[in-house]
Amino acid sequence: MAEVEETLKRIQSHKGVIGTIVVNAEGIPIRTTLDNSTTIQYAGLLHQLTMKARSTVRDIDPQNDLTFLRIRSKKHEIMVAPDKEYLLIVIQKPGE
Amino acid sequence: MFTDEALDIVSVESQWRKSQQLAQESRGCQTRPVRTAEVEIQALLTSDNGTQTVPEDHLACQLPRDGELLPELSRLMDFLNRVEGMVIKELSTNAKSHAFDGFDVNWEDHNETVSCMHRLHHPSAQEKGLHVTSVSWSCTGSVIACAFGRVDDGDWSTEKSCVCSWNLDRRGLDPKRPDTVIDVTKPVMSLSFHPTVPSLIAGGLYSGEVVVWDTNRTQDPILAQTGLSADTHREPVYQVAWVPGSRRGEVWVLSAGSGGRVLLWTVDLDQGRLVLIAGYALVGKQVPHNSVVRKAGGSSSVGVTSLALSPWDSDTFLVGSEGGLVLKCSFSAQTLAAVSPDGESVSLRAPAQFSFSPRGGPIHSLHFSPFHRNLFVSVGTDGLAHLHSLLQADPLLSLQVSDSYVFGVRWSPTRPLLFAAATGQGLVQVFDLGRRSLRPAATLDQLTGGQPVYCLEFNPRRTDLLAVGNADGSVNIWHLSTELTEQGHRETAQLEQIANEVAE
Repeated sequence: MAEVEETLKRIQSHKGVIGTIVVNAEGIPIRTTLDNSTTIQYAGLLHQLTMKARSTVRDIDPQNDLTFLRIRSKKHEIMVAPDKEYLLIVIQKPGE
Repeated sequence: MFTDEALDIVSVESQWRKSQQLAQESRGCQTRPVRTAEVEIQALLTSDNGTQTVPEDHLACQLPRDGELLPELSRLMDFLNRVEGMVIKELSTNAKSHAFDGFDVNWEDHNETVSCMHRLHHPSAQEKGLHVTSVSWSCTGSVIACAFGRVDDGDWSTEKSCVCSWNLDRRGLDPKRPDTVIDVTKPVMSLSFHPTVPSLIAGGLYSGEVVVWDTNRTQDPILAQTGLSADTHREPVYQVAWVPGSRRGEVWVLSAGSGGRVLLWTVDLDQGRLVLIAGYALVGKQVPHNSVVRKAGGSSSVGVTSLALSPWDSDTFLVGSEGGLVLKCSFSAQTLAAVSPDGESVSLRAPAQFSFSPRGGPIHSLHFSPFHRNLFVSVGTDGLAHLHSLLQADPLLSLQVSDSYVFGVRWSPTRPLLFAAATGQGLVQVFDLGRRSLRPAATLDQLTGGQPVYCLEFNPRRTDLLAVGNADGSVNIWHLSTELTEQGHRETAQLEQIANEVAE
């Protein structure tokens, strides 16, 4: 248990990181460093988007699969590391 | 010849002095018996209530508890171990990456030109020569309301005036015919739409009254008013605003006027009244002096000409005065104001905490940056716009806006480095702090024939619209170009840099 928190803390303390969320296969957040409403919003939307992105990759080439998803916006960069059971979402403010 | 003679004693009684001893009287007095009674009372019913809140960090774990999910926990650990390396690697390269520097996406059609979409006016107000003293957009961004009053006239005015509104989304919009006209018996000096209810407008009158109108009620639009009570201002109300109340969803009305009072009201719907909840008075001698102030303060009040609320900190507000002072004030101030009570129902407090370097004339407008918590801009009769940080008395930057007066200033809601200022020569000057030069990035001529522009307001929803109120009684709605509305690359960072240029 402590080990999980340790890992999340390591990621969270990285430069520019605003928030870290772990989401399970149903899209329900199970660990977060953000407030409740923001977490729920990010988890729901990014879970959907990641699933969509994965099916896009696999539809183009059935032998291929999604390994990482990065979204660049004016304010942030959102990184999603997918897995069969969980998603790790990290929101970062990019370097100046 | 001579013989002894013994005469009897003659006594002459005084005409005026009476023997006091004789006049003696005795009096008695008895009070009625004191009635005493003893009463006892005992309540038979008692009730006991308890409540408990769960600390925030526990709430975050309404997410399934760890204990129930021990096997899952190890899988979660496996997952994290697998992805951690990759994520950390990407995070560190990303923090150093310059791959996206200078990269901008064009999502929308570029609109190169700035154009005047509508020129709204109310003929009967224009005939009387009334000025537009204030404009406000509704929370939906589709209705623009304007207040008519007088700025040039120092006289105690009882002229009739009105508040007009146009719905820009309405088909068949007639610029000469407002959708609603609320007649007011006194000139209206300030106006503000309710932050969530699109039909409510708060207004401040020349007489010192504060009114809340409901545009849905056609018969009697006045929802609540202060009347001419002892509580309200005695001089023109230059600014009204809505501020969040103590309870969730509750909104109070804040008003400030040249009498030096800043008053906080709650709307009492049952009685149709505005009830005073808190009052602040600014008095010369209670103004903090951190620099050499030319005029000795004394007990005269500091006339408020402008007020700005911080979007970041609900306790802080700024006040600009007739004498050129800009003061940082706090709603939670507890010091009592040094004014003799004048029939107010609450005791007035002295809110001023910090005074910025004073200016030459009245401060007509103040506005907090929506992108940085310490930055604000102020303009006044000296024709300069001062960019200030809350952390220091001297301005960070001083820009020459106009040779004449400057009456209004507003930051762009979308571009951190952009603000617009309304001048006494009928122009709106738009400044872009990202440019090297301190010349305006755009100049919008209001076609008023050289008459002043008194107020301006960006649309909070449709951020490419700007409303401008003029002395000739017209309201111009401008459609801004993409250059003036689309946030550029690294603009927030540049603003941050400007804010950090605080003198050490």
